Amino acid sequence: MSVAPKREDYDVVVIGAGPAGLAAAATSAEAGLSTLLLDENAGPGGQVFRAISSTPVTDRSQLGADYWVGAELVQSLRASTAEVIHRATVWSLDRNLDIAVSIGGASAFVKAKRVILATGALERPFAIPGWTLPGVMTAGAAQTMLKSSGLVPDGRTAIAGQGPLLWLLAAQILRLGGRIDRILDTTERGNYLAALPHAFAFLTSPYFTKGLSMMREVKAKVEVVSGVTELAAAGEGQLAGVSYVAGGKRETIAVDLLLLHQGVVPNVNLAMSAGIEHRWDDLQLCWSPVLDANGSSSVAGIAIAGDGAGIGGANAAVVRGRIAARAAVEALAPAAAAKLPALATLRRDLAKAERGRVFLDTLFRPAPQFRIPSGDTIVCRCEEVTANDVLESVAIGATGPNQLKAYRRTGMGPCQGRLCGLTVTELMAQARGKTPQEIGYYRLRAPVKPITLAELAAVPKTEEDVKAVVRG
Amino acid sequence: MFRRSEQDKRPPVQIFVDGVVVAAREGDTVSAALLASGQDARRSTAVSGAPRLPYCMMGVCFDCLVTIDGVGNRQGCLVPVAEGMQIEIQKGKREIGR
Repeated sequence: MSVAPKREDYDVVVIGAGPAGLAAAATSAEAGLSTLLLDENAGPGGQVFRAISSTPVTDRSQLGADYWVGAELVQSLRASTAEVIHRATVWSLDRNLDIAVSIGGASAFVKAKRVILATGALERPFAIPGWTLPGVMTAGAAQTMLKSSGLVPDGRTAIAGQGPLLWLLAAQILRLGGRIDRILDTTERGNYLAALPHAFAFLTSPYFTKGLSMMREVKAKVEVVSGVTELAAAGEGQLAGVSYVAGGKRETIAVDLLLLHQGVVPNVNLAMSAGIEHRWDDLQLCWSPVLDANGSSSVAGIAIAGDGAGIGGANAAVVRGRIAARAAVEALAPAAAAKLPALATLRRDLAKAERGRVFLDTLFRPAPQFRIPSGDTIVCRCEEVTANDVLESVAIGATGPNQLKAYRRTGMGPCQGRLCGLTVTELMAQARGKTPQEIGYYRLRAPVKPITLAELAAVPKTEEDVKAVVRG
Repeated sequence: MFRRSEQDKRPPVQIFVDGVVVAAREGDTVSAALLASGQDARRSTAVSGAPRLPYCMMGVCFDCLVTIDGVGNRQGCLVPVAEGMQIEIQKGKREIGR
């Protein structure tokens, strides 16, 4: 099952088999470039098309037409000559485009002429009191189980937060006969007004009618509480209830499962560890890589496509994947680029796919109290560090996330800051009266996913490597 | 917390959780199989011993850490089940040598 890469060198290595990676790898291979696609999951699809080749949810109307688009992408990839390895975790990428990947407990090393990072997004941290309790999960987690294993909530269930995925998940759970007791909508009232100037683009985008019909479908079956301004999960060793404030009134309901979601943010770990410059995005409230129009990053030879390049959604991800791959083909085999769709066509496709995005970003901009926790709410899940711990460290001199590691070990657990990084940046920025850009982010380094010392020790060594560390 | 959809026709796979037989399905990840089993699958953290269950199910949060076939600290949400697989709910830190 676990197969190492067939070669040591490739023209193009694509990392991540979601919408952007599938499109990029197929495009690059179709143009005749030797192409390797590495992906951490058991099958293609990434998160949005998760389990597209294996889902037990075979009634197509339940997951929806937007999901099944993924099947065509996988088909194009499989028809191409691209080499695809799943359950392959890339743990290092450097400026020389050397890649280390762990496959079946052993590491392999490949070199690329071009790398296309398609590592996608992850859900924004949602640090409320009790979010580490068993029974609190992300909406994306529930959707992953629904798509890949046909699992639906059957106990008392609440979904809290905001954004398109929340409504899509709710609709899918209901279509599969699952249970949702209440939806707690945290969208700030003021966001509706702020989003208004961008409404025209949204009203004329495909998101509008789809979104509206999905919300109607859900609201017909589930009690929705809007204007939620406070949220807390409670229980002793297990989630027992969620309390919330809406319209100034506090209410507590007993639940077994609480699904949280307040949008997605780029998964930056591999890109940052390769030294790619990122900047704070004031609209999307996250770190986004600095890229040119082709997706090329500040590190020569590395492009980023898909939501890792800034959140744009699945349709935009596919086009960005094609644009990045086209740029690689133009650089490595210019003659073959003529066979690919013209750049102007791709740019038009991208503009169409990105239509309405600013409206969504503005409307679903998470409220400060759900991004910047206080008191003894846990910020860093791995090292169990609270908001107060962080603030106390700031008070005695911690200036940014990297100093904070020395004070509190935040970001030094196995998740390597994926679940606390944004919270720490925004919390420290607020405490120190600085912008997130000024405060910065964790300095990320390889290995970006933990690997065992045994695996590292088994890595092939040259005589020089050995001499460098052996005494005498 | 979760139940399986009736339309799920995937073949069964038998795994063992702390020695107890659990019926999983082909294509389940270890974490999905644990959450569907109805068993107490709470691990405890290395830092304070607090109980946890998987949070993200996509390989980023590490709250699904579990011992699989004698190897600790595996991300259960990324590992597909296999016939006869031995799962141990990991309490605290990974032990040296496993």
